[in-house]
Amino acid sequence: MENKRKLNKRTWFSMPYILWIIGFTVIPLLVIFQDAFVTPEGGFTAQNVLAIFEPVHLKSMLLSLEIALACTLICMLLAYPLVLALRRLKLGRQGFLLFVLILPMWMNFILRLLAWQMILSKNGILNMLLGFIGISPLPIANTWISILIGVVYDYLPFMILPIYNAIAEIDEDIIEAAKDLGAGGFTIFKKIILPLSVPGLLSGIVMVFVPSMTSFVVSDVLGGGKIQLIGNVIEQEFTKNVDWNLGSGLSVSLMIFVLISMAFTMKNDPEGKESAIW
Amino acid sequence: MVDRIKDYLSRFYIVFIFIFLYAPILVMIVLSFNASRSRVIWGGFTLDWYTQLFASNEVMEALTTTIILAVASATIATLIGTIGAIGINAMREKNYKLVLAFTNIPMLNADIVTGIALMLWFVRFMPLGFGSVLIAHITFNIPYVILSVMPKIRQMNLSVYEAARDLGANALYAFMKITLPQLMGGIMSGFFMAFTMSMDDFAITYFTKGAGVNTLSTMIYSQIRKGIKPEMYALSTLIFAFVFVILLLVNYVPKMKKRGGR
Repeated sequence: MENKRKLNKRTWFSMPYILWIIGFTVIPLLVIFQDAFVTPEGGFTAQNVLAIFEPVHLKSMLLSLEIALACTLICMLLAYPLVLALRRLKLGRQGFLLFVLILPMWMNFILRLLAWQMILSKNGILNMLLGFIGISPLPIANTWISILIGVVYDYLPFMILPIYNAIAEIDEDIIEAAKDLGAGGFTIFKKIILPLSVPGLLSGIVMVFVPSMTSFVVSDVLGGGKIQLIGNVIEQEFTKNVDWNLGSGLSVSLMIFVLISMAFTMKNDPEGKESAIW
Repeated sequence: MVDRIKDYLSRFYIVFIFIFLYAPILVMIVLSFNASRSRVIWGGFTLDWYTQLFASNEVMEALTTTIILAVASATIATLIGTIGAIGINAMREKNYKLVLAFTNIPMLNADIVTGIALMLWFVRFMPLGFGSVLIAHITFNIPYVILSVMPKIRQMNLSVYEAARDLGANALYAFMKITLPQLMGGIMSGFFMAFTMSMDDFAITYFTKGAGVNTLSTMIYSQIRKGIKPEMYALSTLIFAFVFVILLLVNYVPKMKKRGGR
């Protein structure tokens, strides 16, 4: 009883944070909802939110969705074997993995994208290297393919880390036991490693899908300004077109879409604990 | 035999990913020494961009802003987040889950939406500038702190703290001597994450900064159309080298000492 009262008193410690959440997370969301549903004159309208269904916006939205899905899938396919390889060679402990993954983030991400632009451009490094081995240049500069490469590059670490954390926690004894009982490599993967890595995989999906769907800088730099993703559309409503209400409306639609799809993914996370990525 | 082939493939694959992650960084470093302003032609080796870098007020100002912002926002976020996490942990199950759900919002929400929502809110009561960017950065940094401190709090052994209190330590002393050391690992990694996120943020800063304030990210973004100044490559190379050395020291020196001491 005494202990419990002490614990309850300690909940007061969360006060500054709770005030912060209310002031700078909850209220801004209410504000953006408000701006989304009003006309410049102050009347109510649902037009700005429903504007997402206009063909122009819908096209951007679907393209963003396609890129985000492709990006998430590719990141999974790249990250999973990497984690298995690291586990196999017993690397990754001693902070090696974190070190290798975090270090590139210290080079400004727009500059990293510009470097990709140089690598992928028509006379760029990739085509030069391909030329040496006699392959004709790939015309991928300023296409959705180079945007895809950019988002995969940017968000791959966010897929690797949670999967790694989940798999690193698997007790080697369990795998030894399975081996002793006659399980082959594939069975071990299917029955032990894969199921136990699901929570990590899910939080990786969340961490990659959302930013790859909503980024506007990647498409700006690597799409050559020709490809409009939903992020670009929203950004331009605020900067070029100065239609804040339409911009807010589209943001709200985007947010609703993202939160629903993420809630769906998180629901499949049986314990919800792996939302912690680090 | 099969095992050796698998080892070999594993190594090959790790190197492949490594090249993918570091290729653009290598390009950047090479360009920082390129005498030609062109991004495709190699014009010989030069250190000019490094000297011009320190002469440029604009760059130095953006660098200072970025660092002050990262240090201040990560520090404040670590304070609020750590104390907050201790409080949240003491909550009843229902409230605990509710607060953590709200904690996830800035992480789940798209950066662009977070940035715009904050901007729309700020313009109602304060001018956009350094202050608004700082508040925005603290807002998206706190969740990283909470998510790295929370597991440590859950693992913490409360009886040690209770024992210290029973033996006559006052609450603050017991907290400093018992609780804090147990949480230190989580607090440090939270701070480090927050600092990195703040340094690398673009979208949220872009919408909340207003005119006149620039971080490195927003300055580089504004240069894209006009062409990036090579000084930026030089600066990034320096930052990269600096962090590389720091991380190397943090990661490997303690281990070497341990090994040598044995």
